Order: sequence, then C-alpha cells, then structure tokens
Amino acid sequence: MPMISIALNGDPRQVPGSLTLAGLLDHLGLDPRTVVVEQNRAIVRRPQLAETPVAEGDVIELVHFVGGG
Amino acid sequence: MSNTAPDVTAHTADTPLLIGGQSFTSRLLVGTGKYKDNAEMVRAIDASGADVVTVAVRRVDLDRTREQGVLYHLPANRYFLLANTAGCYTADEAVRYARLAREAGFNEFIKLEVIGDKETLLPDTDGLLVATRTLVKEGFKVLAYTNDDLITALRLEEAGCAAVMPLASPIGSGLGLLNPYSIRTIKSRLSVPVIVDAGVGTASDACVTMEQGVDGILMNTALAEAADPVLMAWAMRHAVEAGRAAWRAGRMPRRETAIPSSPTTGMLR
Repeated sequence: MPMISIALNGDPRQVPGSLTLAGLLDHLGLDPRTVVVEQNRAIVRRPQLAETPVAEGDVIELVHFVGGG
Repeated sequence: MSNTAPDVTAHTADTPLLIGGQSFTSRLLVGTGKYKDNAEMVRAIDASGADVVTVAVRRVDLDRTREQGVLYHLPANRYFLLANTAGCYTADEAVRYARLAREAGFNEFIKLEVIGDKETLLPDTDGLLVATRTLVKEGFKVLAYTNDDLITALRLEEAGCAAVMPLASPIGSGLGLLNPYSIRTIKSRLSVPVIVDAGVGTASDACVTMEQGVDGILMNTALAEAADPVLMAWAMRHAVEAGRAAWRAGRMPRRETAIPSSPTTGMLR
C-alpha cells in the first residue's frame, strides 16, 4: 500500500494512504472516545471520523485531557 | 430534658454554588496537575470534597498511549470536569484550546487563561477579553482567570463571563491572599460568582480568602506540593467551609481597645 506523509502531533510521519481519521486512530491504537482530532486546524467531530480521509500533507493534532490546574 | 447537643445542621446549611446554571455543593474547586502519581491525586481530590475538577488539553503522547489521560483515573460521572486553556499566550490559541476541550464532549464550561508573561504567569487582560467575547458568542460558559483588578473584572462580567476568577497571588506561588481589599471590592461589585484562583498556599490562606465573601476557591499546587496532599486537601476543605461560614456569620468589629468579656459588676470588695 502506498504511504503518505503527514504531520502528526508536530512530527512528520508516514501512514498508509487509504486511511480515514477513524482508521488512523485505530492504526495508532487510540480509542476515538478519548481523543479529539484536529485536521488542518479544523476539529473533526467523532461521527465524521470514519468518513474523513487522511490526505498527503495533512497537519493532524490528537489531543486529550491531562492533569492541570 | 436531654443532654444531647442542639443540632445546628439546619442553621449552618449553606446555599449551593451556582455557576452558569450549574449547581455545586463544594466551594473548593481543585486541579489535577503536578501530583506524584494518579493514585495520590485521586485520594487528595476525594479528601477535598470538590465537585469541580480542572484538567488541561494536551497532545496525546503517541509513544505511550495507554492510561495516560487523566480521565482514566477520574470518572466523569462523579466530577464536573472543567477544562482550562493553561499555557495559552494569545486569545486565538486559547479559543482553539477551548474548542478542542468542548469537543471532548463533557460540557461547555471553560476555565479561560490567556497568559501574558512567562515569569509571573500573570494574565494578558486584553487577550482575555477578546477570547471571552469570542467564546461567549459560541455558547461557552467562560470562567476567566484574571488579576485582582476591579476594572478588568467588571469588563469580563460585561463580556458575559459565567464567573470571574481573580488570583490571590501568582499561579503556583503559595504566597496567599496578597490584596484582600481588591478581592473584596471585586466581590462587592460583581453579580456573577467570584472564584479566587491561584496563590493559596495553606489552610489559613484559604480561610482568610473565603472570609472576604468570595464564592469559592480554585487551587492545585497547594494540594499537589504539600508533603501530604491528602491531609492538606482535607484541611483545605475545612478551611474553605470555615471561612465561608465566618463570612456568613459576620465578624465582630475590630477595636483598638479592650472590652472585658466578664461582668465588671459583682466583684468582691
């Protein structure tokens, strides 16, 4: 499968070219219920993750809650 | 005739803390940062009696994806999660973090921080107002971390904040309440809840802060950096309750002279 280059949480990364965002989370071993996804500065809501493809050059941020004051 | 002490439960009962239409029993709000480990954090938060618990939004660490999120340890059905925008230095950045936090799906409340200076972590009040206006328009309930300046507090209220959160002293400093006059003035002039956020170091600080009449206190480092966070959380819980009750009770006037507590008549001659 051809790989594509994306920026994932600030780091360059090669991922399979046919993934959706839901597939990317699965590929990374992440539970979509615990992560919020931002693609090219736009939040992608959970119901849309399985319908949104990952494209070459995408800037993707995966965030969650950590301890803080 | 009975020897049992009178029950003062009804007499001492307090009204709930209302923020943005949400009702909370505890007036102590706590953070989840800087604890030695998650087990200690969970026990300290439990001992604090807090209903509202703050969390931060950060990138998932892709090298270790299991059990690292704070929600793994804090059941969202037990605590009201209040996400913050800590670490944001511009209004745009804070708005971005707030939107991400809301997307996590818990609530529309955000503890808004727009920091203006790395050394003191004092707020950028211009950025704070800009971010507040944007977020209020988008339906957020904004709790704004600000300095102890009345004018900024009034403008934040006017901009639609659900609560205004002036500092007691800088974040993580433990210096206690540096300007009781300012905090009292802010409280007396605002209609929305005033929650003092940051700077409380120990139980007496919390008590004297609540005695200014504010609606609550948010703290993190005072618990997390205590030698015994669980015990300090317990102390803070009682200090907040004591300070609140003392303010409601109305203190005696201060005098420069003594007045005897015992009768001056009936003395032996």
